[in-house]
Amino acid sequence: MVQFTLPKNSKITEGKSWSRPANTKAEREYRVYRWNPDDGRNPRIDTYYVDTDDCGPMVLDGLIWLKNNVDATLTFRRSCREGVCGSCAMNIDGTNTLACTKAMSDIKGPVRIYPLPHMPVVKDLVPDLTNFYAQHASIEPWLQTVSPTPRTEWKQSHEDRQKLDGLYECILCACCSTSCPSYWWNPERYLGPAALLQAQRWIVDSRDEATGERLDHLEDPFRLYRCHTIMNCAKACPKHLNPAKAIADIKRALVERQV
Amino acid sequence: MSGITPDSAPKHFRTALAKVRGRGAAKSGTGDFWMQRMTSVAGVPLTIMAIVIGIFLLGRNQAAAAQILGSPLVGIIMLLFVICTVVHMKIGMQEIVVDYVPDESTKLTLLLANTFFCWSVGVISVYALLKLSFGL
Repeated sequence: MVQFTLPKNSKITEGKSWSRPANTKAEREYRVYRWNPDDGRNPRIDTYYVDTDDCGPMVLDGLIWLKNNVDATLTFRRSCREGVCGSCAMNIDGTNTLACTKAMSDIKGPVRIYPLPHMPVVKDLVPDLTNFYAQHASIEPWLQTVSPTPRTEWKQSHEDRQKLDGLYECILCACCSTSCPSYWWNPERYLGPAALLQAQRWIVDSRDEATGERLDHLEDPFRLYRCHTIMNCAKACPKHLNPAKAIADIKRALVERQV
Repeated sequence: MSGITPDSAPKHFRTALAKVRGRGAAKSGTGDFWMQRMTSVAGVPLTIMAIVIGIFLLGRNQAAAAQILGSPLVGIIMLLFVICTVVHMKIGMQEIVVDYVPDESTKLTLLLANTFFCWSVGVISVYALLKLSFGL
């Protein structure tokens, strides 16, 4: 059955309170999920204090400041630090988002940070996204054609290109899929909003010739139809995309090819 | 340690993609999805009409109630209401079971129970309405 409580060894305990920065008036409290696979202990919430006069305004700036100045063992992913790569997706102040585009000033009280929900944790704020990436690979996110490849490019009208807007911008940060209750309950069989949004991106691509096969691949009570339009995905998406609409469009295409 | 294989050794070496691809797509689900939408739409006027009929039956004795339910228009509306609701109910509960019960044997048992229950409710209701109309 669905689990509403964490297993015993995943229950979160109160962790260490780290020292406050000296000689600063501007500090911000961070409460961060910590878990180390090597020490055999339960996860814990450590309390840190960030000198906001000495770092940038975003939550990620604070995390980087902490790693550089307070605790080098604090583990998280980051790369571009400007909302392009999707590496620093985490649960901040109760919502999945990118640490690099979430401003500390938008959060009331302590900045509470957890890894993306319902994913295996590798360490601290780093989730294991193996299954998520495999689901993306399973929708075969590349142009598929049967016609001979043209000597120049596959042509696409401006109108048809516009159909990809709102779909191609996805950076695969996994904020949407890990915010989806349907994905929490059936992560192995439901593809989740991110993979389905990507699927729709190729279904509507006017250059692609495998639309039917793509729809065949999705027509499944689990892969697609676990979506109940809960809309957490659209709320969480840091790029302001709407995976729920993309999924609804896939369902519409499947109905339309039958009736 | 058990034998030469450590207990921590993985039991399977399937790739992540093999697990996701699994047994392939079932190529079904659209029928139930569309039926659930159709019964939702049909259910709105049918439920309102069934409630109105119910209000008309209030305070009447059994003979008068049976006469109203047995009249052609009311009988047909009630038959449509029962069939529409039972189909909607069956798919709805099936969705909940599939969402929340990952264990295969428990899931199959609950899906069987759901199907039996919905068919029983549907057939009993339809039988009762037909009996009122035709006095079989």
